[in-house]
Amino acid sequence: MSHSILVVADHDNTQLNSATLSTLQAAAQIKALTGSPISLLIAGFNCSAVSEAGSKISEVDHIIYADNSVLNHHLAENIAALVLDLVPDKANAEQTFSHILAPATTTGKNILPRVAALLDCSQISEIIAVQSQDIFVRPIYAGNALAKVQSNDKVKVMSVRASAFEAVNITGGCATINTLQTVTDTAQVRFISEDNKVSDRIELSSASAIISGGRGMQNSENFAMLERVADKIGAAVGASRAAVDAGFVCNDMQVGQTGKIVAPDLYIAVGISGAIQHLAGMKDSKVIVAINKDEEAPIFGVADYGLVADLFEAVPQLEQQL
Amino acid sequence: MKVLVPVKRVIDANVKARVKADNSDVELNNVKMALNPFCEIAVEEAIRLKEQGIVEEIIVVSVGEQSCQEQLRTALALGADRAIHVQAAATTEPLAIAKILNILMTKEDCKLAILGKQSIDADNNQTGQMLAALANMPQATFASKITFNESATQVNVTREIDGGLQTIAMDLPCVITADLRLNEPRFASLPNIMKAKRKPLEKLTSEELGVDVTPRTTLLSVTPPAQREPGIIVNSVDELVSKLKFEAGVL
Repeated sequence: MSHSILVVADHDNTQLNSATLSTLQAAAQIKALTGSPISLLIAGFNCSAVSEAGSKISEVDHIIYADNSVLNHHLAENIAALVLDLVPDKANAEQTFSHILAPATTTGKNILPRVAALLDCSQISEIIAVQSQDIFVRPIYAGNALAKVQSNDKVKVMSVRASAFEAVNITGGCATINTLQTVTDTAQVRFISEDNKVSDRIELSSASAIISGGRGMQNSENFAMLERVADKIGAAVGASRAAVDAGFVCNDMQVGQTGKIVAPDLYIAVGISGAIQHLAGMKDSKVIVAINKDEEAPIFGVADYGLVADLFEAVPQLEQQL
Repeated sequence: MKVLVPVKRVIDANVKARVKADNSDVELNNVKMALNPFCEIAVEEAIRLKEQGIVEEIIVVSVGEQSCQEQLRTALALGADRAIHVQAAATTEPLAIAKILNILMTKEDCKLAILGKQSIDADNNQTGQMLAALANMPQATFASKITFNESATQVNVTREIDGGLQTIAMDLPCVITADLRLNEPRFASLPNIMKAKRKPLEKLTSEELGVDVTPRTTLLSVTPPAQREPGIIVNSVDELVSKLKFEAGVL
């Protein structure tokens, strides 16, 4: 078998997330350069729907499907072991995979360096552009600089920043599905619980509009104001680190260098001063609006439209006018 | 038990990185350097575990140039017991660092390593996971809460994940990487800063440890990101909504 480009999918056992679809776009760009086929690894538990969806993506050539309870919750130890099992000759792993990609979600970030280390390869984190089959661009210093790096490794292992690549469509494909029967349980780690905020709100990473609140929101109840605006324009609700640290909202809403990196068509920052770490997570948004009563706030430096106003007056007005 | 806490010297978090005029890298000359904030959180957690009687000795280690001894002294002033400086290029890649740390974990018989989840310069977010893989240990990345059982043979870690929080249990030895909300690091007191100068700091080299640190990637260029067009200040919500509708076309 000739070598292929492996994409490790991130999913919830029901559907592929948008970050995986963006990662497939990056993989497709590499495929256009090298002609290598794309293999999509779907590892999980009771996730046949994900495998079927994956096979319908025209960019995907093969699905590698592993469905087992030990692969539930995407524990890095077991998924990394599974990827390694796909490589018959570890010393010549490039004969199996030329590139291994995963979305830079918390799941991908958890698994991929483990895979890279076990293959004795370095990892290139959060690529935002593919320049050739071994040259990639990635942000460093919270996006204050862009590094162009060339990989000299036999297998190019990289995580992909989803906001930099357009998601592929789940259409037009008929990939073959190869079901793996044996999986490894490293038994090193046990899942205890997951506190997923089940919310009917739009997910941050795939939203076309986002309204985020910062320390200026003062408390968690006031985030309801942002939710009402969000409901009117079909936006997701985000937050700055300051708002999460203050306990106004949960960590899954954090936008920034170490939270979620987003690039929606419209980003409305409310009561957010604009620390470098927050800007790193949203400054590639198409249109940025800042509402803050401090006209000196650094957020105005990146905003297309700034409104110097008390958010407690401006946000209800905004809601009325939408 | 002994805990290994690797730390990194980085540009101070409050300083904005600037790209060199020749686009070769980010300017590091005459820039304030500091302990990477996530590493500081890892050191703090180790100190708290020592205060709880779970950890007996905290060994901090930094892989880099001579100058990273400053950050090791900072960690010693915060409460680490001793330090190891492994001489290597400041740009040593996470894989090579993980190999060095793996050897040190065995050499020092550490049952636990706590690292920051990423450094704020390269933003790689790799070293802890790579160390765990090479050492064949379980890992808990992005930790916001760490709870040991009574005999300190097992640890429950709550992780900050995209969807919320996940809690996993690991047997020791294991690797944990610290997220922002794990704790709030203390400040070093002046007497402790003075005392830290007398704490042991061992010097090793990557050659002595037998680790090949040859880079696997070549940095071709570093450029500033595209600047946004300057925006405008609107005077009212009316004007804002009108601009968003008719000028930007996003409503």
